[in-house]
Amino acid sequence: MISPATLHRDLGLTDDELDAIKTRLGRDPSYTELAMFSVMWSEHCSYKSSRIHLRGLPSEAPYILVGPGEGAGIVELAPGVSVAWKIESHNHPSFVEPFNGAATGVGGIVRDILSMGARPIALMDPLRFGPLDDPRTAYLVEGVVHGISNYGNSIGVPTVGGEVVFEDCYAENPLVNVACLGLVENRLMHGRAEGEGNAVILIGSSTGRDGIGGASVLASAEFDDASSEKRPSVQVGDPFTERLLIEACLELARSGLLVGFQDLGAGGISCPTSEMAAKAGTGMQLDISKVHLREADMEPFEIMISESQERMLAVVDPANVEAVLAICRKWELQANVVGEVTKTGRVEVIHENGVLADVPADALAEEGPVYNRGLERPAWLDELQGAPMGAEPPSDLEAAFLQLLGSPAIGSKRWVWEQYDHMIFLGTVQGPGGDAAVIRLPGQDTAAVISVDGPGRYCYLDPYEGARLAVAEAARNVAAAGGRPLAITNCLNFGNPEKPDVMWQFAEVVRGIGDACRALGTPVTGGNVSFYNETNGRAIYPTPVIGMLGSLPDARRSVGLAFRSPGDVIAIVGDTDPADFGGSEYAKTVNGVVAGRPPRLDLSAESALHRFLIEGAARTSFSSAHDCAGGGIAIGLAESALAGGLGFQVAFEQDERHRFLFSESPSRAIVSFPAQGVEAVRKLADDYGVPLEIAGSVAPDRLDFGTFGVGFDVAQDVFEGAFRRALAASMS
Amino acid sequence: MTARVGVIVFPGSNCELDARVAFSALGAEVEMIWHAGTSLPEVDLVVLPGGFAHGDYLRTGALARFSPVMDRVRDHALRGGLVLGICNGFQILCEAGMLPGALRKNNGLKFLCRWVDLRVDNNDTAFTSRAEQGQVLRIPINHFEGNWYAEPAVVDRLRENNQIVLRYVDNPNGSVDDVAGICNESRNVFGLMPHPERACEQLLGSDDGIVLLGSLLDHVTDRAGVAG
Amino acid sequence: MSYLAQVDVMLKPGISDPQGQTIERALPVLGYPGVREVRVGKRIQLQVDADSVDDARTKVEEMCERLLANPVIESYEVSIG
Repeated sequence: MISPATLHRDLGLTDDELDAIKTRLGRDPSYTELAMFSVMWSEHCSYKSSRIHLRGLPSEAPYILVGPGEGAGIVELAPGVSVAWKIESHNHPSFVEPFNGAATGVGGIVRDILSMGARPIALMDPLRFGPLDDPRTAYLVEGVVHGISNYGNSIGVPTVGGEVVFEDCYAENPLVNVACLGLVENRLMHGRAEGEGNAVILIGSSTGRDGIGGASVLASAEFDDASSEKRPSVQVGDPFTERLLIEACLELARSGLLVGFQDLGAGGISCPTSEMAAKAGTGMQLDISKVHLREADMEPFEIMISESQERMLAVVDPANVEAVLAICRKWELQANVVGEVTKTGRVEVIHENGVLADVPADALAEEGPVYNRGLERPAWLDELQGAPMGAEPPSDLEAAFLQLLGSPAIGSKRWVWEQYDHMIFLGTVQGPGGDAAVIRLPGQDTAAVISVDGPGRYCYLDPYEGARLAVAEAARNVAAAGGRPLAITNCLNFGNPEKPDVMWQFAEVVRGIGDACRALGTPVTGGNVSFYNETNGRAIYPTPVIGMLGSLPDARRSVGLAFRSPGDVIAIVGDTDPADFGGSEYAKTVNGVVAGRPPRLDLSAESALHRFLIEGAARTSFSSAHDCAGGGIAIGLAESALAGGLGFQVAFEQDERHRFLFSESPSRAIVSFPAQGVEAVRKLADDYGVPLEIAGSVAPDRLDFGTFGVGFDVAQDVFEGAFRRALAASMS
Repeated sequence: MTARVGVIVFPGSNCELDARVAFSALGAEVEMIWHAGTSLPEVDLVVLPGGFAHGDYLRTGALARFSPVMDRVRDHALRGGLVLGICNGFQILCEAGMLPGALRKNNGLKFLCRWVDLRVDNNDTAFTSRAEQGQVLRIPINHFEGNWYAEPAVVDRLRENNQIVLRYVDNPNGSVDDVAGICNESRNVFGLMPHPERACEQLLGSDDGIVLLGSLLDHVTDRAGVAG
Repeated sequence: MSYLAQVDVMLKPGISDPQGQTIERALPVLGYPGVREVRVGKRIQLQVDADSVDDARTKVEEMCERLLANPVIESYEVSIG
């Protein structure tokens, strides 16, 4: 039995929050109102724990047309050419039901982009799972990848990259983040309900019981062993309807018939009604008997918070209603007038029996609780940082190299990305498997260069430094492809914010992102916070995933990571610190250690490297350029070689060679170029104050490190087969 | 003369814009045709693009063949007009009985988006005239149901008639006899699983698709030249 | 009258069924040896207005021929009521 006195708790509201609602309303809330507050005041919708920290992030630049707070950030890549860019998480739903959870994550971010009036043109999927030798992980990987593939491919938006990461800490809390890039084809749309008397139209799928309580229960409460019973509240996606919705929304945006536009995501219809009214300073009256339902017997509160997918809410001048409905009919979508804009400042929900809810829009959308939660540096951190970082030499250098090359972290993820359509739209100049994706915009020379990065181990060892490293690496990936980093979107995945050590990690990560973004000139256009990634009291690594967006004026100048011609000179750019082993792939994979401090980052050196890479690409100086990161120089060289179907011959003079080969010092890149370009590239490095060392040359057939070497075919088999074999072994 | 290409747009199609870009770049005049129409404008070549028509619900292509425009596409083919089905378009043509066989799930039970090599095994068609016999073309595939099947007797007949136009060099999906693309007996209806429209530019990885799409346009302009 | 019709659509014998094969390979691993000839199909359920059981069957069989099954690779079985 649910007790009325404690009902709010079942909906995820605290006693204090209930008191605040009563005070604001001057009475007890109705059942429908309580449900609406529960979703709008949930962590997921209200950012109540994160908001005071996020205020410290930089969000302005001349080319940022729309910053945080809208469906997606808008960045001007070239004069008159703007894109939308946003990342979201669908972590909890994907754990409960991997196929549908991941699929609807794609659908949700695509509608965020659509709500701005932009055409979604590329997706990226940063994924994190538990160890691959756990059959449960294999099941989740299969389901999540299939869900993304099924949905993304059907709606016709290419999935052009991402990450697949395996760590113990994600075993019970996989992270399924998804980023989407959109092209602004017409005027920007805004989520505002202007104009008293304007009609409110609900477009798209019918409303069912999907995701009831998704926002409040699924996304905002800790999991425990009983969670599998929550399966009915997972949403089911219909990519076919989303495909139609994309074209219908773009036609509506082109038509100029819309006053305001917003997607329905977490929080269901409660969210756009209250947010659009609050932003415009208007009100909205919603007649829920007009909402097209999938199941006839739905309760009003269920209709108000249902998270049925593939729905949008439009505000339209009454004179244009018929034209809007006609466009929806043409695309075979349901659309109904469900309400109108008022001047009351309130969201009123009515049906044939009268008024079900009547609450100030501001109270729902903007006056949610804001918590300044306690922060406490974890007691265990000193010991962790002081422990040996796992830099001990391997017994056999060649074996260590092959072990890293074939580890799930580094091995090729072809098995994953071949299931994604990464080519549709004829813009994928550089797709999955590289540092960054280079997406030529339809009908233009300009390319958007995008990359996602989230070094959880570094952030675990030092959240502030780890966050700086995340921003730096994402920017470096963009610069290596020739793009100028412009702005980020971020997905901040953390444990329970009510725990002071988790909240401290969060605050440190946000501070690190802010400092790095200011230093690199890449403001934050918005993003997403996912808390409560914690099961049975065990939290994930603090995992900020940074989605970096850059611009490249001419897509033909982009640089790939693949070596291109035997005889090309290979150079290592940037300094290698033999002590940069904390949290490295080598330390984890070869020595089984995750301890010490993460690599040290000098943001001015980082920035200089980016300028060098961008200028080199613009002058077409490089045959290849590759960020040198996980697994260090050894793995970076191997990745460039394998991508190009070539080998190399290099020699290094350093003592303790493994330290040089596997150190993960940031601010480095591996470039190759024709031999006659050596002087020009040296001069370019001097001009930008970037250290450059010639390491050797591209050669056929063999990955030759001087003191040891591996045949191309052997390396390729290890690299390409690693992931598939590990997955197959885990599933059998 | 300029070739006129009509691209049929079903609800759920998603490669129609790419088809338009590719044929436009080759100099054709491209018109988009919504599936619900019961008439077909004057075009030389009808293209059924890739995607997931009607969500590919029930079976790939099963519902699309009942779209009103399909009767007109059939008429166009019966009059000798050119028809090209790419990927989902090929699946629809098979379901509609305009090409033999059916497309099953890939043997690996995975969606596959990758570059493959195709061998031109009959260059004496409107679709392959620009190719050398046996020429290998690099063109991407992008499908879950690309595993072509027909009864042995049908396969024999196709072989005898040289209707198997394109074969995979390294079969990615299990299709019978490595079939990647076929034509009808009259050699005016073509279907293939790979996406030539994605391979029309070196910057994107290959321009071998121009060999195929360009052949079709040549056929239209040559025929016009002969006619008058 | 309205009749409940069930249509079972299966791949024809001889058409390879990778889904079935995959399940067949997985079952012994889970401790179920001695499983053979696993075939995966689908069931479609319809509520059909018709004059009689026979009429309903005739209608649904026609639907199968035209849409619900692909005769090139699939067979079907209709049951009414």
